[in-house]
Amino acid sequence: MPASTPPASPPSFSTLTLRWYRLNRGGLRATAIGIISLLAFLLVWHLLTTYRVVFFVRFTNVPSPLAVYASFTKAIHDPKFLLHVLLSCRRIFFGFSLAAIVAVPLGLIMGRFKVVHEIIFPVAEVLRPIPAIAWVPMAIMLWPTNEQSIVYITFLGSFFPILVNTLHGMSLVDPVLVRAAQCLGARERSIFRDVYFPASLPHIFTGLTVGMGVAWVSLIAAEMISGQYGIGYFTWEAYSLVQYADIALGMIAIGVLGLGSSMLIRGAGQLVMPWRLK
Amino acid sequence: MSEVVVKAPQGHIEVKNFSLSYDSIEGPVEAVTDTQIHVKPGEFVSIVGPSGCGKSTLLNAVAGFLKPTTGIVTVDGEKVNGPSAERGMVFQQYSLFPWKTVRENVEFGLKMRGMPRSQRERAARTLLGLAGLEAFEKHYPEKLSGGMKQRVGIVRALATGPKVLLLDEPFGALDAQTRVIMQQILTNMWQRLKISVLFVTHDIDEAIFLSDRVYCMTARPGSIKAEIPIPLERPRQQSMMMSSEFLGLRRGLMSLIREESIKAMGGELNDMGMQGLNIELHGHSLADVI
Ligand SMILES: Nc1ncnc2c1ncn2[C@@H]1O[C@H](COP(=O)(O)OP(=O)(O)OP(=O)(O)O)[C@@H](O)[C@H]1O
Ligand SMILES: [Mg+2]
Repeated sequence: MPASTPPASPPSFSTLTLRWYRLNRGGLRATAIGIISLLAFLLVWHLLTTYRVVFFVRFTNVPSPLAVYASFTKAIHDPKFLLHVLLSCRRIFFGFSLAAIVAVPLGLIMGRFKVVHEIIFPVAEVLRPIPAIAWVPMAIMLWPTNEQSIVYITFLGSFFPILVNTLHGMSLVDPVLVRAAQCLGARERSIFRDVYFPASLPHIFTGLTVGMGVAWVSLIAAEMISGQYGIGYFTWEAYSLVQYADIALGMIAIGVLGLGSSMLIRGAGQLVMPWRLK
Repeated sequence: MSEVVVKAPQGHIEVKNFSLSYDSIEGPVEAVTDTQIHVKPGEFVSIVGPSGCGKSTLLNAVAGFLKPTTGIVTVDGEKVNGPSAERGMVFQQYSLFPWKTVRENVEFGLKMRGMPRSQRERAARTLLGLAGLEAFEKHYPEKLSGGMKQRVGIVRALATGPKVLLLDEPFGALDAQTRVIMQQILTNMWQRLKISVLFVTHDIDEAIFLSDRVYCMTARPGSIKAEIPIPLERPRQQSMMMSSEFLGLRRGLMSLIREESIKAMGGELNDMGMQGLNIELHGHSLADVI
């Protein structure tokens, strides 16, 4: 409980370095091992492809890491490749944002008002198990443009994970916190805003992270089936055009974009939930 | 201290002909029956009783979370119809908002009342200072010890200037040393603010040390078995707990509670098939043995 007394003199640079090292030893170790294991992965990939290993799985046509790197350096100067990436990102942005804008408030309201839950939940439960890709033909019929139907598929993919997790968060709100707020004079609106909403935020962000993952899955599938642009279409097209290195490049680009977008969400989560920082 | 307005004494709690039953599959469960209690303005009153006798039920009804099945709860003559900032409450479980800092927690009630930001910041700082918590105003509750959390809980409940403060075993989860300090802090705040307090505990020493009057409840369905005035002078010191007066009160309360605890446990022991042990459950014989 006592406030720590300030040290007599500022610690020297070397003590600070040592302390920093001690505090971050675990993290440094994890980073080092991570780098080594990535390099090992690349090496194995390199060996399997240069020696064209065939052992149940055939590596005969699989591009080597160097070939993929070469096609990468070419692609980043190719406006068409950048357009593919950009369009995919735009679809994710619209589809995912729409899903979040609809699913989070819907989940909050369903969690708070039983009637809304009773009305909406059965419909949601019936639609939820249908994979977004199964919606492709229907989406093409529903929406006038191809672009709209792809965004719709992306929307559907992320909608249910976000809704379900928001509902879950609402169901776990500690009733004693609601009571505490009521005893302090909070009315329905502020109980919603100051208790239910922040209490559900961790689960909402779980939903957003999962939803983002499913959004990419749905987007790539939709682009492969019905797209003319987009990184999913690029990957599929590379196969048709026998550009094997581009297949791997497309896959890696999808992986990197997916990773980047979930990191964005994690960062946003840390911004809006500072109390969860360790 | 000048910031905290000391109101004219008020906060007269009255509970009349009170009973409360919970609905369950097997029919209504009577938790509290035929109970009358009151707390005079500025008085510190405790309720003790065996586990499950309905102490929390009674307190929650005064807070307005539960409706009496029969009878009425009033504060200053007004019927209690639901929770309100007039009746502050401290819960046994930690109930600080994890997403608010210590100061934001304390400010919450003032914010609900529409107090402007700068004003409520100042008020919260003053109150936290009174409880020795000013150094922690920017901390999130997760980082505080149990004792500090409950201290913040008390400060938060007092910040809105309620007429009465209701506490449901607020120190139950704390270790013995921390409890003693918390009792001192609570007494200090109560004496400064001249507020009525209804305090639920099953710690007899705590009840005697803090209270002007102690109600002892019977086993479920709970009702008032005895009302014991505590004539110990104030301010009270820890050393008083060794005085013969204190020990006399303690002995009296202890035997009242013990009878009820055995009654409360008797049912369970019988349910567990322990009647074969030939323990006399309803007389005083077992009470003397334990
Ligand atoms: N929601 C409920 N439904 C049915 N029975 C309940 C409910 N809440 C409490 N009870 C029963 O009512 C009785 C009184 O409960 P209460 O919580 O008021 O007791 P208590 O004196 O506060 O106990 P403790 O000392 O354990 O906190 C208990 O026997 C309990 O089992
Ligand atoms: Mg209780």
